[in-house]
Amino acid sequence: MSEVRGAEDGADPAAGQAGSGIGPGTDIGKETSRNTGQEKSKDSGEGPPPPGRSEGKRLHPVTPWRRAWAPVAGLVAFSVHDFERTREWFTHLTPGWLAAAFAVLLPVAAAYGFFSWWFTSYLVTDTDLRIRTGLVFRRTAHIRLDRVQAIDVGRPLLARVAGVAKLKLDVVGTEAKDELAFLGEREAVALRAELLARAAGIAPDAAPEAGEAPARELLRVGTRTLVTGLLLMGTGWGALLMMLVVPTLVYFASDSALGAVAALVPALGGVWASTGGRFLKEYDWTVAESPDGLRLDHGLLDREHATVPPGRVQSVRITEPLLWRSRGWVRVELEIAGAGKDKGGVLIPVAPRGEAAAVLARVLPGVDLAAAAGTTAPVPRRARWCVPLLWRGYGHGATDSVFVTRSGLVSRRVTLVPHAKVQSVRFVQGPWERRMRLADVAVDHGANGWTAARLRDADEARALVHAQAERSRTGRREARPERWMTGGAAQTPQAQTQTPHAHDPQAQTPHAHDPHAHAPQAGAPLDGEPGAPASATDEGRSAEG
Amino acid sequence: MTTGTGMSDAGNDPGSAAHGAAHGAVTGAASGPGTAGPSEPGPAAEPERWSGVERALLRMRRVVLLSTLLPLAAVTAGVLWPTAGPVWAAFALLPCAFAAWGWGALERNWRSWRYSERADDLLITRGVLWRELTVVPYGRMQLVEVTSGPLERRYGLARVQLHTAAATTDAEIPGLVPDEAERLRDRLTELGGARSAGL
Repeated sequence: MSEVRGAEDGADPAAGQAGSGIGPGTDIGKETSRNTGQEKSKDSGEGPPPPGRSEGKRLHPVTPWRRAWAPVAGLVAFSVHDFERTREWFTHLTPGWLAAAFAVLLPVAAAYGFFSWWFTSYLVTDTDLRIRTGLVFRRTAHIRLDRVQAIDVGRPLLARVAGVAKLKLDVVGTEAKDELAFLGEREAVALRAELLARAAGIAPDAAPEAGEAPARELLRVGTRTLVTGLLLMGTGWGALLMMLVVPTLVYFASDSALGAVAALVPALGGVWASTGGRFLKEYDWTVAESPDGLRLDHGLLDREHATVPPGRVQSVRITEPLLWRSRGWVRVELEIAGAGKDKGGVLIPVAPRGEAAAVLARVLPGVDLAAAAGTTAPVPRRARWCVPLLWRGYGHGATDSVFVTRSGLVSRRVTLVPHAKVQSVRFVQGPWERRMRLADVAVDHGANGWTAARLRDADEARALVHAQAERSRTGRREARPERWMTGGAAQTPQAQTQTPHAHDPQAQTPHAHDPHAHAPQAGAPLDGEPGAPASATDEGRSAEG
Repeated sequence: MTTGTGMSDAGNDPGSAAHGAAHGAVTGAASGPGTAGPSEPGPAAEPERWSGVERALLRMRRVVLLSTLLPLAAVTAGVLWPTAGPVWAAFALLPCAFAAWGWGALERNWRSWRYSERADDLLITRGVLWRELTVVPYGRMQLVEVTSGPLERRYGLARVQLHTAAATTDAEIPGLVPDEAERLRDRLTELGGARSAGL
């Protein structure tokens, strides 16, 4: 590996020149000229740029081959699909034709792969990651490091065999994920560490040396626990039952075995997704703590590696399926701002309540899971006329830092939304609910989701809306910075909860300083007296801090 | 608060809401979902001044209602009378009945739209059957939009739409005078800037 990398680095200046040579013909324009400029300055040795970092680097040489399987798979699929014709073709194929085809196709494919690899490079600068791709139509993506939410290292099965990995970048405001596929495994880890360190605000000079931030393992889900948990989960058995029942019904209804098989296939998929698929995905689930967030490593075949920045967590859902309750096991899921539906999802697939609470304390410092769940008050008895059976499952409570809702009877779910993450509060009441003097209080958070305290007494709900608006207003003032590294290196929960009072100027600026600085001026003239008390308490708070 | 009071509530507070609609402060706000709860902590003393939306909005909606339903009734009657007979033509009464109901329903709905600017957040209440009160803290506003469609412009109206990081927030105030909409936008953006908070 290191040999290969050395060769690459050596070849790079030449690559830059080749790029500039092609430049005028295609439309590389500014990008290339600037790049060569940088390279020249590096070659002439002025300034001490970190070695190997100031110029575009190539992806791993295995990359050209990553799409090689596609035509082969296509060919195989075709020959299976239309076996007769394939055999006919093969009888017509003389060795001469075959050789000619290979003589043309192989070099073309190889050349395409080579050039697409050759013209793809990436470059880390002080402010962004630049990825240049494209043979004919050049594309340069500049990814601002301060907008990077998370960087995941993915290792698909084949890539693991080849010893490479890909880097997936989550960036605020973009749907599509940019990725670098493939890099050498060690290189990917190092690059990820460097990007995260830079994104977290560590001085650029120090970034390459900062290396992989040290991680401390918090939780590891044993295979036994995982398997037992999956077996005790209702969804797998439910899917299995469906798999048996639906095709049988279809068979008796239509008398055609084909129909039964057709019904069986999606059911099989469902069973697989909730059993085997989950097992493969959640195998050896490890949660570790590092300065840039919680590290999640999991997967049997495709080893995935994700980082969850705690500052981005918008809500936490704790699920207890019926059969787990006697064992005290829970499943913890997260919703993260800027992450798609597929991401962020699971924090802990299955773990004893106490261990889950310990991990959760890192995500939401100062939140005691048991205490939060304990605050939930049941809904009034008359709610049974609104939601006949499930009304017992609903509950709501609030602690100093989180809004808590509970729902579900068979599978009990507790959702926590930090007050600081609440975007808006809504009081919702339908006609039937009004007759029953009940109402829902919904809370919207930044991950495009919401949770509702359902079926509260109407008067209580009305008071609750105002109380919640007040809580999330003050909660925001005390919010932690989203960047752990600049916010405070000490990772103990106590240190984290103290951070807001410490008033680290850099970290606190976006959260606390602006409101404190402007609120009184902005509030006073427009509101007259009413605004004054609130502003005054704010002043007091900041002075105290 | 039962369904019954929903109606009567619509029956007695319109006086103030309707006439003082322009910038009319429905002072006191003794009724309606926006009433500050007794247990509200801290700035409970802060009076909530509720503003209604323009009466022109109601006029506009009624015109839209009638201009769709009455022609529909006419067409139904015109087609059914000669082809199926006068009994069938009674179906034309259906849109008429709906229009009559809608005439009143629109007024109730119009009256239910109110907003209140507080020191730190904006309150919007709406709905007669499905009631909703939305509280959006100024610091959470990502974007404030003022829009005005052709029909709204014809009636001299504009709407203010607030966007937060949560797509479900869905807070908007229709039927404002353009000047008021712009004032509101400016004030909201100003306050939003002063009180901005991260995600």
